[in-house]
Amino acid sequence: MAKLEINNVNLRFTPKRGNPVTALDGISLNVEENEFAVIVGPSGCGKSSLLRLVAGLNRQTSGSITLDGKAVTRPGKDRGMVFQSYTLYPWLTVQQNVEFGPELAGVSATERAAIAKRFIAQVGLEGFEKAYPKQLSGGMMQRVALARALANDPEILLMDEPFGALDSQTRSLMQELLLDIWQQSQKTVLFITHDIDEAILLGDRVYVMTARPGRIKEMIEIKIPRPRSVDLLTSPDFIALKRRIMGLIHDEAVRAIA
Amino acid sequence: MSFDAYFAPKKEIPRRAYLTVSVAVALLVLAVWCVLSYGGLVREDFLPTPIAVIQAGIDGVSDGSLFRDTGISLYEIMSGFILASIFAVPLGILMGSFKIAEAALEPITNFVRYLPVSALIPLLILWIGIGMAEKVAVIFIGTFFQQLILIADVSRGVSHDLLDVSYTLGASRRQVIRRVLIPATMPGVMDALRVTLGWAWTYLVVAELVAANKGLGYFILNSMRGLFTDRIFLGIAVIGLLGLISDQLFKFLRARLLPWTVQG
Repeated sequence: MAKLEINNVNLRFTPKRGNPVTALDGISLNVEENEFAVIVGPSGCGKSSLLRLVAGLNRQTSGSITLDGKAVTRPGKDRGMVFQSYTLYPWLTVQQNVEFGPELAGVSATERAAIAKRFIAQVGLEGFEKAYPKQLSGGMMQRVALARALANDPEILLMDEPFGALDSQTRSLMQELLLDIWQQSQKTVLFITHDIDEAILLGDRVYVMTARPGRIKEMIEIKIPRPRSVDLLTSPDFIALKRRIMGLIHDEAVRAIA
Repeated sequence: MSFDAYFAPKKEIPRRAYLTVSVAVALLVLAVWCVLSYGGLVREDFLPTPIAVIQAGIDGVSDGSLFRDTGISLYEIMSGFILASIFAVPLGILMGSFKIAEAALEPITNFVRYLPVSALIPLLILWIGIGMAEKVAVIFIGTFFQQLILIADVSRGVSHDLLDVSYTLGASRRQVIRRVLIPATMPGVMDALRVTLGWAWTYLVVAELVAANKGLGYFILNSMRGLFTDRIFLGIAVIGLLGLISDQLFKFLRARLLPWTVQG
């Protein structure tokens, strides 16, 4: 049994005006324990919808999603999520943001503080414990969001283009930070992106999605050894993989426009 | 800084220059007033001299009439405003976030809020008389529906992702409402209250001008009857001053209660 099993999931909905849309069509994929799985696809292919189903924020029309063998029916703290948009609580300090999950779970104040200290250090934000989100840069806010998700000790980390709004230098730094943290914590990760470089750099497996209806077109194993760094981006192995994925996505993008 | 740089759109200018211009314009207005009144260009019945207004202020304070009318107006406005806020804040938050509350409240609110509250004054006088209760009712009706719409918009504007991420952190629906939705609306709610308090002053004075036997609007109307223009000016100045004070108070409260909204 895989950690996360997505089995023949379909998602259909009818917009207020217009015809029914098949957003996801027969999606099946497994994510193993400690695996870093990436879904890459053009915008509008339904990859974010799929992640929301796994998070339990929406329900699929048919098919099943199980985590550790248990069916996903609603959101829960076993599936931590990081969004592309900035979702820190502006009225809480960095530390209070990170403590939010444990506090809901009834963890004692001293224990919470210890947890927060650990994860704030892990994302490299010591000294910013008392800062409010408004005082932070975009990259720092996403680091806090990551720390906040990790502080809940989730079974799987769901990341919906978390670095999509950052400038490219910050994005590279965040990718390396995430790889570092993942290497240490060995969390299972399901990561969504439209950035092919990011997908190859981070993933053990990369699923390429097609648009309308959203289907998995191909699964590509990334056998580049770890630890990886952004220097990889110019290596021949990397470029070969990139060419292959670009080809797959290009066909799709063309088909979507046509 | 070159002369030209003072006229570039959206560019900062030195603080000294800013203050100088502000003070200069205020002095200019005062100067025009002085020239018109002391110069005898306008009859004193129409435009009192600045000294006459100050004298009226001193008289109003010493015979207690100014404090009495100001106190009554303040009491009426605070009663109506606080009463309206107590209902409008929770209902507005519900209306913006729960479709069922929106369905219940929005149509009727949209109808009532386009009724100018001044049009309701005769009816309210007929129902409740011209006493304090009528003034409170006017302010309540005038502000409540506006607050409801403004606060519903604030609540509607809270990001879905902020609520969704809370669910993924293990929050129940109750916790999401209490610990995320409500705090997230607070800055917008404060702003809505601040704006509507300004409107409340307008409604109050209108109500007092139509029919009253005390209050600042009455003070102004009564002064008009005796052609005491200096007292009219005084009444207007007091209302302006109170508006300014309440606005500053709101600004201060916002910075105190919601320090996280201030750029640090």
